Amino acid sequence: MLSVNLAIIIPFLAAVIVPFLYAKVSRKHIGWFVLIVPVVLFVALAGYIPSVAQGENYLNTVKWIPSLNIHFTTYLDGLSLIFGLLITGIGSLVIIYSIYYMSSEESLNHFYVYLLLFMGAMLGVVFSDNLMVFYAFWELTSISSFLLIAFWYHRKRSRYGAKKALLTTVTGGIAMLTSFIMIYVMTGTMSVREIITAIDPNHMLFVPAMLLLLLGAFTKSAQFPFHIWLPDAMEAPTPVSAYLHSATMVKAGIYLVARFTPVFGSHETWFWIVSSVGIVTLFWGSFSAVRQTDLKALLAYSTISQLGLIMSLFGIGSAALSMGTGEETVIYTQATFAALFHLVNHSTFKGALFMVIGIVNHGAGTRDIRRLGGLMGLMPISFTIALIGSFSMAGLPPFNGFLSKEMFFEAIVNVSQAGIFSLNVSKIIFPVIAWIASVFTFIYCMIIVFKTFLGPYQREKLDHEAHEAPIGMLISPIILAVLIVAIFFFPNVLGDYLLRPAMASILPSIGVEGMVQPISAWHGFNPALFMTIGVIAVGTLLYLSFKRWKRIYSLLPEKWTLDNLYNNSLLFMEKGSNRITSFYMTGYLRSYSIYIFLFFIIALGGTMLFTGAFSFDMTGDASIGVYEAVLVIIMMAAALAIPFAKSRVNAVLLNGALGYSMALSFVVFRAPDLALTQLVVETVSTALFLLCFYFLPEWKKENAPRRTKRNNLIISIAVGAIFVFVALSVRSGKLFETISGYFEDAYELTGGKNIVNAILGDFRAFDTMLEVVVLTIGGLGVYTLIKLKTTKEEQKLEDQ
Amino acid sequence: METLIIILTGVLVSVATYLFLSRNVIRIILGTAVLTHAAHLLIMTMGGLKTGGVPVLGEDSTTFTDALPQALILTSIVISFAVTAFLLVLAYRLYQESRSDNLSELRGIVDE
Repeated sequence: MLSVNLAIIIPFLAAVIVPFLYAKVSRKHIGWFVLIVPVVLFVALAGYIPSVAQGENYLNTVKWIPSLNIHFTTYLDGLSLIFGLLITGIGSLVIIYSIYYMSSEESLNHFYVYLLLFMGAMLGVVFSDNLMVFYAFWELTSISSFLLIAFWYHRKRSRYGAKKALLTTVTGGIAMLTSFIMIYVMTGTMSVREIITAIDPNHMLFVPAMLLLLLGAFTKSAQFPFHIWLPDAMEAPTPVSAYLHSATMVKAGIYLVARFTPVFGSHETWFWIVSSVGIVTLFWGSFSAVRQTDLKALLAYSTISQLGLIMSLFGIGSAALSMGTGEETVIYTQATFAALFHLVNHSTFKGALFMVIGIVNHGAGTRDIRRLGGLMGLMPISFTIALIGSFSMAGLPPFNGFLSKEMFFEAIVNVSQAGIFSLNVSKIIFPVIAWIASVFTFIYCMIIVFKTFLGPYQREKLDHEAHEAPIGMLISPIILAVLIVAIFFFPNVLGDYLLRPAMASILPSIGVEGMVQPISAWHGFNPALFMTIGVIAVGTLLYLSFKRWKRIYSLLPEKWTLDNLYNNSLLFMEKGSNRITSFYMTGYLRSYSIYIFLFFIIALGGTMLFTGAFSFDMTGDASIGVYEAVLVIIMMAAALAIPFAKSRVNAVLLNGALGYSMALSFVVFRAPDLALTQLVVETVSTALFLLCFYFLPEWKKENAPRRTKRNNLIISIAVGAIFVFVALSVRSGKLFETISGYFEDAYELTGGKNIVNAILGDFRAFDTMLEVVVLTIGGLGVYTLIKLKTTKEEQKLEDQ
Repeated sequence: METLIIILTGVLVSVATYLFLSRNVIRIILGTAVLTHAAHLLIMTMGGLKTGGVPVLGEDSTTFTDALPQALILTSIVISFAVTAFLLVLAYRLYQESRSDNLSELRGIVDE
């Protein structure tokens, strides 16, 4: 049997091979080669179904970075098997569809490479057991989705949508990574299975980790208010929308929630956040979908809404973990079961619907429902599929959506009766919102079918005569449509073989036996059925009178949309950072010097204040002689006079006076070598100054404004003062004796009597060597600066 | 004595800082020269002043001033000389090319 690790790697390998194949085979047929990959994987994964249904799990580890506990570990259980089958199954269908959908003029090699990358990444997400590997694949899905959305990169809308999707999902991804690190800190393991047993709900980081994890899940699965990226991602080619943005990637967040339910689910916060965010998304998505005029945008909002439904069911189901194994728990396990069931159903009907919309777009040249109508006669097969898909989504029999919708109503009504976690909010609000959302769902499902395929055929609004798609394009939606009906009639095949084992992964502490009732199409007259009848009645009424109440959508001002909020906040951040940068990056040397000096003053002065270093001890001072006093006075006077010098010669001479007094003070302080060097260096540099001065501009009086001068003065005095304080306090605390006693044995050690020279030439000769290098480089620099000139003529030549 | 020299270095640092904040290239280069002196004096002072004889063996005295700071300063003098020379030539070339020694003007903005 195929190892699961290999299953993840195969799409990546295929992605590498595709460009080579593309050069060899005709462009039309490249898709058929790609198709082999998901089909083989699907068959291989399907081979696991019987044994997983028996309760077996497969764990496979390949060591990657053992020192960091990061291994390429895959874990195949019920939950990941469902997702794996969806990814490879829908993936195969989407590739068949895109073989006929994509024109051979497109750069198909890119398309299939991105698609295979995505497929591999998605398989990696669902099968990874290691947090870090999981995260890596998670981001890879974001990136490949980014590439696919912007497949037609010459379109502005595509680039906008891709950027938006990437920004949103990566923000969530980073939050999730933070959460993973917190989880690792709490439990000391990277393995999801081990985390379930090792987690401590009372840990300080438990709730933050949960919230960040949910942020990751909500952004990926387009939950309110992070759903805004999904409608814009519809700029992608339709096969991509069908695959990524309905069946697989947007369910990664759902998978994350399901996978981590055993870790966090017993906590009350988890229940409330997941279920209420799901309910809000369900409502907002269905409400917004009704107003759309673009069929793909409508489907995007309906996807958002359906994902909200699944999310809320997982939220409700998590309560089972804190309930134990009593009678009441059945309600919640049933909710989880419904979530899994609807997850599969949604992939089938939404995939079919997207493909049909693609066919309509292909056949009629537009997706705008205001221009479409009356296509039933022209596109009978597409019409049938759209009918099946929409009615299933609306929750009508005899389609699979009916079953999961019934289970959803049942779960939500039961929860309201149970009064979970001693809070009564859920009693009324949850079922009411869910019911209203279902009415809207019904309305937009009807819009898809009736506005597109019934009514008058508007030939004048179409670019060309509408026509049915080639049969190849219809294969995949037909298969999905057949599945929709098949699941309705034989739901328990799916339930027993796939959903039950998945239950064990989501709610491991609860025995599945007896907790899950078999799915039945007819379950008596119960509240759920009446709710469905109500939905159909009210929905039909509202659909027929849609023109009358359409106005409520314009109640909220145009500007008050989440899209606007996103756009404006991006703009605000761009402008803000631009403003901040241009505020402090002035380009003036003076500004930067001021920052440096201010930092010096504040950091050093502050440190001294807070550490109490302002204590000066002057007892060790030598006495002041006359020479020193005179020298100090001369130097101070010379230095202070420089800024006030009237001419450049004066300034240079004052600097010279300072330098020569330095030499004198070296004499006084018993440093003959220093005095010599200083004398020579000062002479040479004064000469240099004078030499240059002949070529330099006139010495100008500093004509800065008074305020600038005053500020400069304050800063320079402060810098001097801090300097003095630091020096004084350093002198006050002498820590240990000098090591110079060692150098005083210079004669025995080096044969030299001049200690300073012995240090320079023997003890620390490396300094001297490099200092020579500095001097050499300085000389070379001077030489180059003077000699190598690109004159104006030469520059002109170079420019040409 | 040491306190006095430290205060002197403080004054030199203040002057150097003030020169740094100028817009004039030559003033800035003079500022670096003044700052160098301050640094040398400080190194000297930190080693202790007038605590012994000249650090040359064979003299009468048995105690010597600390020779290590002197070696450090000697190295530093040479390096700062190299840097000053380079800066001066740079200023010279700058003026030759742009006919300006005003840093604000070099930024491309007319002086206020």
